Amino acid sequence: MQNNSIQAKGLQKSYKKLNVLKGVDFEVEKGSIFALLGSNGAGKTTVVKILTTLLKQDRGSASVNGFDVRSQPDQVRQSISLTGQFAAVDEVLTGRENLIMIARLRHLKNPRQAADDLLKRFGLTDAANRRVSAYSGGMRRRLDLAMSFVGKPQLIFLDEPTTGLDPEARLEVWKMVKELANSGTTVFLTTQYLEEAEQLADQIAILHEGRIIAGGTLAELKRLFPPAKAEYVEKQPTLEEIFLAIIGKKGDK
Amino acid sequence: MEAMALKKHFFSDMGVMLGRSLRHIFRSLDTIITVTLMPIAFMLLFVYVFGGAIKTGTPNYVNYLLPGILLMAIASGIAYTAFRLFTDVQRGLFERFHSMPIAHSAVLWGHVLTSLVSNAISVVVIILVALLIGFHSPAGVLSWLAVAGLLALFTLALTWVAAIAGLTAKSTDGAGAFSYPILFLPFVSSAFVPTASMPGPVRAFAENQPVTSIVNAIRALLSNQPVGSDIWVAIAWCLGAAVVAYILAMMAYRRKIG
Repeated sequence: MQNNSIQAKGLQKSYKKLNVLKGVDFEVEKGSIFALLGSNGAGKTTVVKILTTLLKQDRGSASVNGFDVRSQPDQVRQSISLTGQFAAVDEVLTGRENLIMIARLRHLKNPRQAADDLLKRFGLTDAANRRVSAYSGGMRRRLDLAMSFVGKPQLIFLDEPTTGLDPEARLEVWKMVKELANSGTTVFLTTQYLEEAEQLADQIAILHEGRIIAGGTLAELKRLFPPAKAEYVEKQPTLEEIFLAIIGKKGDK
Repeated sequence: MEAMALKKHFFSDMGVMLGRSLRHIFRSLDTIITVTLMPIAFMLLFVYVFGGAIKTGTPNYVNYLLPGILLMAIASGIAYTAFRLFTDVQRGLFERFHSMPIAHSAVLWGHVLTSLVSNAISVVVIILVALLIGFHSPAGVLSWLAVAGLLALFTLALTWVAAIAGLTAKSTDGAGAFSYPILFLPFVSSAFVPTASMPGPVRAFAENQPVTSIVNAIRALLSNQPVGSDIWVAIAWCLGAAVVAYILAMMAYRRKIG
């Protein structure tokens, strides 16, 4: 229990008649990077919304940092931070003002100092006093991540953090995420890019048609793949092949 | 205990939200210009072009016209409230705020306060222009306070209507479209011409719709005339609309945040 940041058991959620989650179970270890992998519309965002108290599950239970998302939402919010699918930054404000705003809302003692520290850390000091509307996509994402890091939450949710970014900006985000994890923060990220999960995650869970159909470390997932036949060159399966193979198998039933 | 901690933060959280949207207002001065320019143009048009042909029974047509112009300004101003709210929802800022340990109501009330402040600014600008073209009022401080209160109540009611639009709209255009019918209401009211000059059914509508009672009440207050029952009818309309719109807005809000 203490070693888990997130514990989800039998999460179910439907929108009207659409059954998005049909019983999702997983655990996220403290201090790890956990990737929830799935295609568009698989329900990744729904899982994130339930865990960040934005949405209530129909059935099942989830605890985040030891607090129940349904009955203790305030405590959950105290210990997490969410970076949504679109950079949720205020375009009219400057980068510094955005950070100060969040620091004030988190009731930090010294909002200005906190903002300056994060600007430096996320390489935005030069752009600090420019309005965000003049930022590039990569800079916006960086500011977005910096805003999530205000107050050093124990757990950060990143919902498709690199969707819509160019390759360079993507590498930059990956670097930031790794840094976050190195400083002890648990990272929960969703992605549709297999390479992203392969690059970043300690633990991977594949969400498909409302259920987690496979989970574990990359090495464990690779073992699920049918063993290589005798060939002259043994080819290790990529995560992409594993993903497609598993989905195909379940789909046939 | 947590709940108490959150309550304690409500005012500081709302202060942050208000500070944020006030920056929005002062950094987009074109918004205030757009909001005030149209009513000012109407005021000039009616005073200098149509005014001579309108028999209102008062020697000073600006005095007669001003209340209706102020209501028009507010009706167009709240379109921006809807727009700001819509942008926040669209950009994911609402979700960011809601996943934080802050008083949730502060997010919405920040927008409401901003709407009150920004509309107050446009109202003051328009009154200043009216003074330049001959508006004058014998009203005392208390009457002016009553006018301010009535306009604030009207703004509040329309702000909650705007909140419904901002929270349910699918596009930026949709977020502002609700204000057009409201903008039209002053034309079929006592705002520009006395209702007695209108044909039967139109007159019946004009005399029983909210704008007429609000305009009449403000006009009476500004000219030191007895306000009669108009002010109570006006207050009842505004309060009623505010309560209904508030309930609907809260429903839309709950649906939005799941």
